[in-house]
Amino acid sequence: MTSLQFSEVGVRYGRHDALSNFTDTVKPGEWLCLIGPNGAGKSSLLRSVAGLAKHSGEIRVDGSPLRMRSSKRRAQLVAYVPQSPVLPDDMTAREYVVLGRNPFISHFGSETKHDWSIVDDVLKRLDLTDFSHRAVGTLSGGEKQRVVIARAIAQEAPILLLDEPTSALDIGHQQQALELVDQLRQEHGLTVVSAMHDLTLAGLYSDRLCLLHQGYRVVSGTAAEVLRQETLAEFYGVSARVHHAEDGTVVVIPYRQGSSGN
Amino acid sequence: MLSLSGASYQGVFRNPLVDPYLLGVAAGAGLGATLVFTLNRTGSSTWIIDPLPLSAFVGGLLAVFVTYVVGTAFGGQKSASTLVLAGVAVTALATAVQTFVLQRHTDVVRQVYSWILGRLSSATWGDVRLVLPYVIVSSTVLFLHRRLLDIMRVGDDEATALGASVNRVRIVVVIAATLGTSAVVAVSGLIGFVGIIVPHAVRLLAGASYRVIVPLSLLMGASFLIIADIPGRVLQNPSETPIGVVTAFLGAPFFLLLLRTKQGTR
Repeated sequence: MTSLQFSEVGVRYGRHDALSNFTDTVKPGEWLCLIGPNGAGKSSLLRSVAGLAKHSGEIRVDGSPLRMRSSKRRAQLVAYVPQSPVLPDDMTAREYVVLGRNPFISHFGSETKHDWSIVDDVLKRLDLTDFSHRAVGTLSGGEKQRVVIARAIAQEAPILLLDEPTSALDIGHQQQALELVDQLRQEHGLTVVSAMHDLTLAGLYSDRLCLLHQGYRVVSGTAAEVLRQETLAEFYGVSARVHHAEDGTVVVIPYRQGSSGN
Repeated sequence: MLSLSGASYQGVFRNPLVDPYLLGVAAGAGLGATLVFTLNRTGSSTWIIDPLPLSAFVGGLLAVFVTYVVGTAFGGQKSASTLVLAGVAVTALATAVQTFVLQRHTDVVRQVYSWILGRLSSATWGDVRLVLPYVIVSSTVLFLHRRLLDIMRVGDDEATALGASVNRVRIVVVIAATLGTSAVVAVSGLIGFVGIIVPHAVRLLAGASYRVIVPLSLLMGASFLIIADIPGRVLQNPSETPIGVVTAFLGAPFFLLLLRTKQGTR
């Protein structure tokens, strides 16, 4: 299992600081969930780990700086599922998932039997075998999401980054996708960092939440520690009640100011 | 070769509407070749390398560079039509300069004109020897990149996250495809639309993976040209209808059809 350390990481687009001074350590096998309003810097943080955004400070994987790595080596360590992945409509699911094997194939090489067997194995584990020769353009939203996750799993990287993995899915598929990630995490000992908008789901699946606001890390801790009515009101500007269920689940329920009826 | 280049351009620009002809490569190469015709043809025997493919290459590369810069500057990378429009503008400019040069050198007009329209009959085995090295280099490079062309399809960001050096791949592929296009253009003239019809036909028949498209485009492109050459030779027997006319005749409607279906799916 692999740890991920951030020390004073900053991301800047032009003159705008998207993320400032972010310091945190994600323990091996931990699921950290980044929350915060739009523009808080969640995506920027994930993109800096994936090597898509230039960053200041240092990001370390198991103690060694990530910036020293070649893009291939980095891709062997970090798999990234973007918020809105590009799925070439006419590519088959199997062709798409094998792209995740790129970090292990030399520049001019081609896939070995080993690569294809990993792909077929991943497709099987994610219940996608029936779709493997279907064009991804013909799949439903939930199936597409599973194909994208399959590609990331085929990458066999110990760190999995998910940017809003469930935003396009209905409630059932949201749960399915997150259960899948959690199951894969247990089986492979993955370290997961995700950005999520649904606070209840974020608290339900992750080990730890980290709230970002305008590029700064505000607070981090368990769902019960972070998801508090005052905190949500201050940083999201939302009127919401926080309900603690008997099983420890923290539920965030929005309400309308005039009709709270308490 | 034109089809192969066309398929590769479509891959790196992630745009199904581009082909060597529309990107201005062919016109740029044509301009380069015309300059050689008018200025240097007599002295070419003293050169170690025949300047014709070389100048066509420089012209072609320049044209695709301008097209790309102009196309992305105004439209962003996602816009399919701006890239095509930029290609049209570059083509028009290159053609205008070419016409101007030709007007100043009326003695070679006939020679250049028949060359522009493209013909296979006047191609000789000497010409084949002339372009073969370029074609081999270019095809080899493109063949080696066909797996990476598949990766490019998921977009720059994700390809980078998958560990691909996106910009390097794009530059290498563009240079290789331009080299191939220019060499062929230098010998056979501007044969339009082969670069767009053939890769799409291959896609319809054999699927969308560049692993398949790249080699099949090369084969089908060659077959298509031979077939297109038949009406070219038969229609106006004993004189020859330039093959560029035949392919454009088939290609133009095909292109419009493609444009239409693409808008339909949006």
